[in-house]
Amino acid sequence: MSAHAQVHAVEDHHDDHGHHHKQTFVTKYIFSTDHKMISKQYMITGIFMGVIGILMSLLFRLQLAWPDHKFTIFEILLGKWGTDGVMDPSVYLALVTIHGTIMVFFVLTAGLSGTFSNLLIPLQIGARDMASGFLNMVSYWLFFISSVIMLGSLFVEAGPASAGWTIYPPLSALPQAIPGSGTGMTLWLISMAIFIAASLLGSLNFIVTVLNLRTKGMSMTRLPLTVWSFFLTAIIGVVSFPVLFSAALMLIMDRSFGTSFFLSDIYIAGEVLHHQGGSPVLFEHLFWFLGHPEVYIVILPAMGIVSEIMATNSRKPIFGYRAMVASLLTIAFLSTIVWGHHMFISGMNPFLGSVFTFTTLLIAIPSAVKSFNWITTLWRGKLQMNVAMLWCIAFVSTFITGGLTGIIMGDSALDINIHDTYFIVAHFHLVMGISAAYGFLAGVYHWFPKMFEGRMMNKKLGYIHFWVTSIGAYGIFFPMHFVGLAGLPRRYYTNTNFPYFDDLADINVVMTIFAIITIGVQVVFLYNFIHSMFYGKIGPKNPWNSTTLEWTAEVKHIHGNWDGPIPHVYRWSYDYSKLNKDETDFVIPGQDFIPQHIPLQDNEDELDH
Amino acid sequence: MTAFLVVIVIILFGISVWQMSRIFKLAQTKPTLNSEIATDKDNNTHGYLMMGFLAFIYILTIVSFWLWGDVLLPESGSEHGSKIDTLMLITMILIFFVGIITQGVLHYFAFIYRGNKVKRATFYADNDKLEFIWTIIPVITLAGLIIYGLFTWTDIMNVDKDDDPLIVELYAQQFNWKARYGGNDNTLGDANVRLIQGINQLGVDPADPNGQDDKIVTELHLPVGRKVLFKMRSQDVLHSAYMPHFRAQMNCVPGMVTQFAFTPTVTSEEMRQNDYIVEKVANINNLRSEKSKALTAAGEEALEPYEFDYVLICNKICGISHYNMQMKIIVESEEDYKAWLAKQPSLAEQLSNENK
Repeated sequence: MSAHAQVHAVEDHHDDHGHHHKQTFVTKYIFSTDHKMISKQYMITGIFMGVIGILMSLLFRLQLAWPDHKFTIFEILLGKWGTDGVMDPSVYLALVTIHGTIMVFFVLTAGLSGTFSNLLIPLQIGARDMASGFLNMVSYWLFFISSVIMLGSLFVEAGPASAGWTIYPPLSALPQAIPGSGTGMTLWLISMAIFIAASLLGSLNFIVTVLNLRTKGMSMTRLPLTVWSFFLTAIIGVVSFPVLFSAALMLIMDRSFGTSFFLSDIYIAGEVLHHQGGSPVLFEHLFWFLGHPEVYIVILPAMGIVSEIMATNSRKPIFGYRAMVASLLTIAFLSTIVWGHHMFISGMNPFLGSVFTFTTLLIAIPSAVKSFNWITTLWRGKLQMNVAMLWCIAFVSTFITGGLTGIIMGDSALDINIHDTYFIVAHFHLVMGISAAYGFLAGVYHWFPKMFEGRMMNKKLGYIHFWVTSIGAYGIFFPMHFVGLAGLPRRYYTNTNFPYFDDLADINVVMTIFAIITIGVQVVFLYNFIHSMFYGKIGPKNPWNSTTLEWTAEVKHIHGNWDGPIPHVYRWSYDYSKLNKDETDFVIPGQDFIPQHIPLQDNEDELDH
Repeated sequence: MTAFLVVIVIILFGISVWQMSRIFKLAQTKPTLNSEIATDKDNNTHGYLMMGFLAFIYILTIVSFWLWGDVLLPESGSEHGSKIDTLMLITMILIFFVGIITQGVLHYFAFIYRGNKVKRATFYADNDKLEFIWTIIPVITLAGLIIYGLFTWTDIMNVDKDDDPLIVELYAQQFNWKARYGGNDNTLGDANVRLIQGINQLGVDPADPNGQDDKIVTELHLPVGRKVLFKMRSQDVLHSAYMPHFRAQMNCVPGMVTQFAFTPTVTSEEMRQNDYIVEKVANINNLRSEKSKALTAAGEEALEPYEFDYVLICNKICGISHYNMQMKIIVESEEDYKAWLAKQPSLAEQLSNENK
């Protein structure tokens, strides 16, 4: 196999040379090609963007809870759009738009997948680095540029993009329709085009690395579920992101060069536009062909992380490894054929609606299997309540809650009346926003020692962070379902123009108070994160007694990960609490886990997983 | 500009913190080696807290229903709406049943299997039978839901022309609604935005004989018990015609005509007498009068008391005033409806008045 030959070549290279290249500040921290550093760059950029996105949500939650109140903070942060502390309706729309964009793409796609795919793929498959370190570096810096452009768009004269994160034309195409569709929208499109390039480079690299650079003995069925999930996420990204790129390109053409891909028969601001023959529904198809797989791009890595951490901290193998892989594959496949459930009432043929209802509800089956398997993984375990483990349990909880309401949204007949209400906002925040964020946080707490050379995060602060956040998240999003069922549309600056909705005022206040508390406690996390980076206590090399290869790598970050030869793999990654043949003790006496690089022992049965 | 400066300050502050921390780091001796790994005590504490969290979810659910059960929509004002409501009820019962059980089991397991020194975990890697069971149960349940849902959907979306529905055009523009009735022939005249001129704001083709008796209004009146087929158009951006009380919604797309049909079954007057609505309106008016007190104390105008009306609202982000794009809907008896319609001028009349 050429793959193996390549691995050996790399290995030999490192065995021969003992030395490492002299690193300057620039090559080590900025233009690094080392996957561990790139992972940290993604994480810190992602967290930075997350802080901005979450603060935006705080601003519009304040507006929603107290629409008549004047807030000085609006004047400070929003400038001319917050004159006298009154939020301007156009900046409200801009805030929800950029909040959505940042959280979905910059935090939960790049921040989650970028951080953990980069960190874990090479370390867990036993590779010295990514297949192409250079492409990996280019990927990060493109992502960085797109983040800068997105943040830059907040400062343009007419305001940033404000047509919703789904940027449906004609609203997003016509500056006459909304001020944000001028320069702000142009910058949004440029930023996203660069983002897509970054994502594609990253994804291609992940796929090639997983396929070609696995160490000896690391068959696909011995891969940890994290690697499986990152691998499938990358494939979904490669399949669907180019479609968004084409949609963005066509939108740019419509906006700037007078084409009519998405525009037809428009009379606005007192004049008829020349556009003829295009269709906004076409844009919706193209957008959601990415947009729906996108939510799986967000949630699959979280699922992988949760499976891994949950097995480790339960001191048990993940239940039904093959079923977990099969359900990941099924979800990945189905994710590309369900986009139409965002469009039941778009004017699309109702028959298509029936087809998409069918495929959509099918996704509930692998999702249910995964949830049951996670619960069974806990059964008769020896649960180690590390902070990361708590996030995993909470992930399963929010995933179930949010997933169940998906059965309502996915049913075209029921969607008619709750489409675009707060019900959907509650649903997707729980099932992909909160759940994926929990997956991210679980990963940060769990692999922090791997990223920062053995330093660990403070557990007491971690526990405070966890409990307040998990209570707050339900406190925000559970009541939100009621607002949706009452019929209140999303993206309303205020509902005071409808006396019928006056009785929703106190729910809005409750949600905002929970939001303030939840957002407030993230400061504890940020403090813990930054402080532990420099002063965190140094833990053991393998703090969580985990079986996977990353814990056999050097604690100190070196180029190539392992100082000596790379480890070979003799077993799957879930040999926790495996007993010897006589069932008198664990296979390795006194140690309830067998790392993957330990050869099969005489006193154990080889099991087929 | 201020915002930009604020950001710059924040970044500079971050850099200074980072630099300071480096100084501290250099000045620091070796970190100590005590653990950030969960102990048996932690396992115990957080195992119990998991049960506490389960209680929190259950209590939150109960409290939410108790406090806010009355904000939900009243019974449907349309024929198909009750089918949607039934399907919704069945689905809700199912997901609450599954949700309560799975959340219970998840958190109970987290509690009961919390680790300690003496416990040993069971090596339990798979069980085909068990996995088959919990694959097949969702398959059967979902098959039922899908079939039921699809029948309901097809039933709602397929309009039978033999029903002789009343044809009404809903016309969306930033930021208001207009309605166009087909007139005596119940047929809408052709229209296109390129024909918009003067009083002919919907661009109805003046040459089309079908359009002469069309009537354009800004308040939607519907006769009770007759099927209405809405033809939706938009002149500028996407809008969505959302009528929550009738469980009806359809996007309005520039460049195409979309449609949705339903039969109103409860008149506005009857809905106002509905017990649930009476209570809801009373509650809303209490809130409003309290708010009015505060307003008058501040020297501002008091809020008007609220009376229930059906409403058509925009439910697709359409611009700055998206939050206030609405039209009143009145469902009334056939006679009242006819009397109202007779009073509205036809397009031909309007156009000839304009030309005078």
